[in-house]
Amino acid sequence: MAPHPPARHLLRAKDLADARYAEPLTVAELAAAAGLSRAHFSRQFRRAFGESPHVYLLTRRLERAATLLRTTDRAIATICFDVGLNSLGSFTTSFTRMFGLTPAAYRAAFPPAAAHAIVPGCVLRAYGRPQHRTFREDGAQGPGIA
Amino acid sequence: MIRIATAQLWVHDQEEALAFYTKSVGLEVRSDVTLPEMGNFRWLTVSPAGQEDVAIVLMAIPGPPVLDAETEAQVRELTAKGAAGTVFLTTDDCDAAYAELSARGVEFNEEPTDRPYGRDCGFRDPSGNNIRLTQLREM
Repeated sequence: MAPHPPARHLLRAKDLADARYAEPLTVAELAAAAGLSRAHFSRQFRRAFGESPHVYLLTRRLERAATLLRTTDRAIATICFDVGLNSLGSFTTSFTRMFGLTPAAYRAAFPPAAAHAIVPGCVLRAYGRPQHRTFREDGAQGPGIA
Repeated sequence: MIRIATAQLWVHDQEEALAFYTKSVGLEVRSDVTLPEMGNFRWLTVSPAGQEDVAIVLMAIPGPPVLDAETEAQVRELTAKGAAGTVFLTTDDCDAAYAELSARGVEFNEEPTDRPYGRDCGFRDPSGNNIRLTQLREM
């Protein structure tokens, strides 16, 4: 059987970072996924993918954070923890370095998250239906004929 | 009218790929032809039951003269790094397919996840190719 290149094992570590970025992953766990010793692993990973496992995991987490900023209205601190980071200060610093904007400014640069939400049509129909009013029966303000 | 007939994936080992795509993923062999006059080139294609007219070619990574030695090494490496290709499969029940394939030892890199377009998961073939398995949402 033709052997797989060693990078095939490193890809397992990359997949693990992609799948479990929200958990407190250690380099040792990533190395274990690749079946390599920790010291050997970091060097091999960098050779195969161009950056260290630590940096790969950080960029994956920041990518997820950027997506959550664009597509949800979760609080920034919540997003920081949701993507597996545990310091709001270093999250803000590294996010700003990577995207050129603070998390709050990045979010403000996109349309509100509600614009992206795919709310089922039946829910929109149910919750979006206005109250019918006849101006003779009640004096309440509402949409309708002025 | 133009239609898709085959799409190609590089594999490090055709026997291993054959076992994976038939036994683990559950596809069927469409063609398995070895040509001695062409250096034992093996044309190996698989596709799902009920979808005979579309197939994936499981192509062994060739050496010289098809690919020069340096390119062959690069393709082998890129495949192993997961940078060589993706195939998108679709299913009526993503979670059931995930459970079934997992039980057969398929190496998933993403569990079933809700997306705006439906529910999907992803796995690797033995060579490192990325396979997505999507249950499209009814619109």
